[in-house]
Amino acid sequence: MSTPTVARRSTRVAPLARQRAPRRRRRGSITLTLLTGLVLLYTLVPLFWLVVNATKTQDGLFGSFGLWFGGGHFALVDNVRETFTYQNGIFLRWFGNTLLYVLLGAGGATVLAVLGGYGLAKFDFPGRRAVFAVVIGAVAVPNTALAVPTFLMFSKMNLTNTPWAVIVPSLIAPFGLYLMWTFANEAVPTEILEAARMDGSGEFRTFLRIGLPLLAPGIVTVLLFSMVTTWNNYFLPLIMLKDPRWYPLTLGLNAWKEQAATAGGQAVFNLVITGSLLTILPLLAAFLLLQRYWRSGLAAGSVKQ
Amino acid sequence: MVGTQLARPVRRRRRSWQGWRFVGPFMVVFALVFMAPIAYSIYLSLFRNRLIGGNAFVGLDNYRRVAGDAQFWSAAARVGLFLAVQVPIMLFLALLVALAIDSGRLYGKGFFRVTVFLPYAVPAVVATLMWGFMYGSQFGLVAAVNNALHLSLPDPLSPGLILASIGNITTWEFVGYNMLILYSALRVVPAELYEAAEIDGAGQYRIIRAVKLPALRGALVIASIFSVIGSFQLFTEPRILDSLAPNAITTYFTPNYYAYTLSFAGQQYNYAATVAIVMGVITMIVAYAVQLRGMRRAA
Repeated sequence: MSTPTVARRSTRVAPLARQRAPRRRRRGSITLTLLTGLVLLYTLVPLFWLVVNATKTQDGLFGSFGLWFGGGHFALVDNVRETFTYQNGIFLRWFGNTLLYVLLGAGGATVLAVLGGYGLAKFDFPGRRAVFAVVIGAVAVPNTALAVPTFLMFSKMNLTNTPWAVIVPSLIAPFGLYLMWTFANEAVPTEILEAARMDGSGEFRTFLRIGLPLLAPGIVTVLLFSMVTTWNNYFLPLIMLKDPRWYPLTLGLNAWKEQAATAGGQAVFNLVITGSLLTILPLLAAFLLLQRYWRSGLAAGSVKQ
Repeated sequence: MVGTQLARPVRRRRRSWQGWRFVGPFMVVFALVFMAPIAYSIYLSLFRNRLIGGNAFVGLDNYRRVAGDAQFWSAAARVGLFLAVQVPIMLFLALLVALAIDSGRLYGKGFFRVTVFLPYAVPAVVATLMWGFMYGSQFGLVAAVNNALHLSLPDPLSPGLILASIGNITTWEFVGYNMLILYSALRVVPAELYEAAEIDGAGQYRIIRAVKLPALRGALVIASIFSVIGSFQLFTEPRILDSLAPNAITTYFTPNYYAYTLSFAGQQYNYAATVAIVMGVITMIVAYAVQLRGMRRAA
């Protein structure tokens, strides 16, 4: 920011030197920053509210102003402990279920999308166009339109109320496949693959040794977005699962919230709020830590026309 | 939006079945969890389960029933209204933020970019719980502000405002995601274009209109299509808010909610499948119309 004129001059002087010239730095604008700050505020207020209220007891929630600490006792540690121990530690079980669904569901979805996207981008095979047509059409099919028939099918196969009912439908991410296909088109030069084939490397080995490393940013992107979808899924587990012991976090938290409305049920809003905070932390952390990968993956894959 | 790249000339090896070893696993699972349910729901929609007589073929009767079903159409009109109001507001906000970040005149733009995106990683259930509590009269912010300032702000959970309140929640969840799609599209505009425009004496607004907005068209079409699909699928937010606002949210609040109620409260699976199919077809038609319109303007 300190030397805008120098930067400007240098790009003028050496136009041949820039392949992808860094955009000239302009002077910062306080007005623009403040105006955009309003959107930032809008984004942060609910998250701030969540953090603040995770420090309050059930009584404190009702007796204090929502956007600041107070209501007596600072109960964050107590709340976290109670969240993990309430109803014999079922929250931990829900957490584990969510991890299981994410690991197998989103992990599997990523593997299938990476293999498929690479195959579509780098091979010509009979039926390729048909695969395209079907999968692209699937992007526009509302997922929830499938939910009821999938439930009925699975219930005939005795799969409902088991983890498989949540994991198996999560394995398909048509948009992930599309993303990997565009990404493989851009990032894996066909010439390198040809060279490897000349050297007698098998197709699968070529993919593992050459394709996979080049696809890494795209893979992280697809993995993160499938993780979000699976971690946040509500509709699918809602219809598939009856037994609270198989609930993921999203279903469990809502069950705790509903508990206040049932006759004789204990209101545990402090646990709902603390549990919500604990639910979002892992994903926020993953996104913040892996920023570099998913941003470049998204930029390269999703928006090129 | 996506068919165009098929024609891209790729230097390819001889045609062989090798590719199926990579695409095969996806297609097998795809057939199980995508194509089979679609086929099954079409089958279901042609039958009716009666107490006497069991499962009977009824042709298009279920579709005729949907056509005359006031509850279904009120739900469809509600998500249509939602789509017409919420999506433009959200995309406009996302566009403003993307342009602001891309302008290079923001202090701390990396912070802006990441923070505005964060709500995308928050589950819709948690987002709705947070906003629902904040809307609520028990320990909600609206009530607190009313008490503190002796105001009488309207109740966001009342029947007249509930749709707007849900719109606010989804806007909060997806502004950042759409911003990122638009911002990524802006990043691939070659710097030379800006320089040429500046040499021609174009101001910032001129550059936005003549260079940036055209460059964003494709990304805007994609973002719109996803938003159309998302709006028509609206379920989680009204479902979670239901217990906080039981008077405002009916069991046929959105088409999806209606299909859910029909199957799991009413056991009317055949009719629920029909509702889901009709809504799916409407969604695809609207998404396709958005795409056509977006592409025609590009030509």
